[in-house]
Amino acid sequence: MNIDSIHNGIVIDHITAGNSMKLYQLLHLDRLDCPVAIIKNAQSRKMGRKDIIKIDAELDIDLDVLGFVDPGVTVNVIRDDKLIEKRSVHLPARMTNVLFCKNPRCITSTEQELPHIFVLTDADTRTYRCVYCETKGE
Amino acid sequence: MKHLLDIKDLSVAELDELIAVANDIIADPRKYSEACHGKKLATLFFEPSTRTRLSFEAAMYELGGNVLSVAGANTSSAAKGESIADTARVVSCYADIMAMRHPKEGAPLVAAMNSSIPVINAGDGGHNHPTQTLADLLTISREKGRFDHLTVGLCGDLKFGRTVHSLIHALSRYEGVKFVLISPEELKVPSYVKAEALKTRNVPYEQTTDLSEALPSLDILYMTRVQRERFFNEEDYLRLKDSYILTPEKLKAAKADLCVMHPLPRVNEISVAVDSDPRACYFKQVLYGKYMRMALILKLLEVKV
Repeated sequence: MNIDSIHNGIVIDHITAGNSMKLYQLLHLDRLDCPVAIIKNAQSRKMGRKDIIKIDAELDIDLDVLGFVDPGVTVNVIRDDKLIEKRSVHLPARMTNVLFCKNPRCITSTEQELPHIFVLTDADTRTYRCVYCETKGE
Repeated sequence: MKHLLDIKDLSVAELDELIAVANDIIADPRKYSEACHGKKLATLFFEPSTRTRLSFEAAMYELGGNVLSVAGANTSSAAKGESIADTARVVSCYADIMAMRHPKEGAPLVAAMNSSIPVINAGDGGHNHPTQTLADLLTISREKGRFDHLTVGLCGDLKFGRTVHSLIHALSRYEGVKFVLISPEELKVPSYVKAEALKTRNVPYEQTTDLSEALPSLDILYMTRVQRERFFNEEDYLRLKDSYILTPEKLKAAKADLCVMHPLPRVNEISVAVDSDPRACYFKQVLYGKYMRMALILKLLEVKV
């Protein structure tokens, strides 16, 4: 299978196999006009199988989303056919409009314009809580 | 500028400072009678409340300040669809400090994010009610003389009871405190409260459904009302509302120096016959609440006396 290499753009590598479509949606890649390649179940020496997303444009990737969904991914920035930066992601301390509060008693249920902000309260269990009502993020 | 949205916003040292100021106000109220002269407190109550609003207003008047009051969403611009953020910005132009009660959890935080004056959370749904906890702490301090090495029984609605959650957080910071959590199965303390306040600090606690069995070991019994407004289902409320009723007969098994507390209003969970028992502290608790709100207003307005 041939996929053109990227001249200027982003490669999200080491995605846990099966997570690429979730990331595609959460990063809103469907809204892009440029070529986007999703490679599923690629062979990986470290991971066995992995997914890869290649985006043929330079853009700001929401690292918080990546860190939350799949903290093991790496983000490679390609410019003029060269790898110029390798970014690793971490579990974000705070996320805005990634998780949405489902508590009907939360102020976000009636004030629609409020950003849905979640903060990491327990890194071991990857627990995030709504900053307004402390409901656990699902 | 600082707000009070959650009792966890205050360190133990800040709590001690507030209690010291409240005790000083009790000892010499005249010293504080003009402390907030020329200052205005706005009370924004979007949910029914009698004692909390009156307590805040009485506190500000006793400090020589003035009060601007909005009682009920129906009489305010909220009825016209104004957001909490806009309300906070507007009130910031009129008042020096605001106290907000709102049925939705997190509303006072939204106000604080958009306000240029200190915001006090006067109760946000079933979430937090930090000034009630301040009242509770002053009551315990004055009645028991300490916060450490106490066995604290919390009884009734421990799921939606915001005062219970805040009190657990506040008291779990002191050494030797043990909790006995007395509630029906459906109204137990949420697991996240237990995880954050009790398990992380290794605070001992036991859960039971039997008030009579727990009573003899307690230094403090904190009764709560099963709140109709927290239920989406009326049937569940009716089934659970009479789960616990404290009577003089039950109190016979309790310690002679037990301190019986209740955030009020009471419905029927404490028999009126208990009111004359010297162990009943819930009306003193109301008075202490006013003094703690006075101390809090002084602190947030950075007024030194």
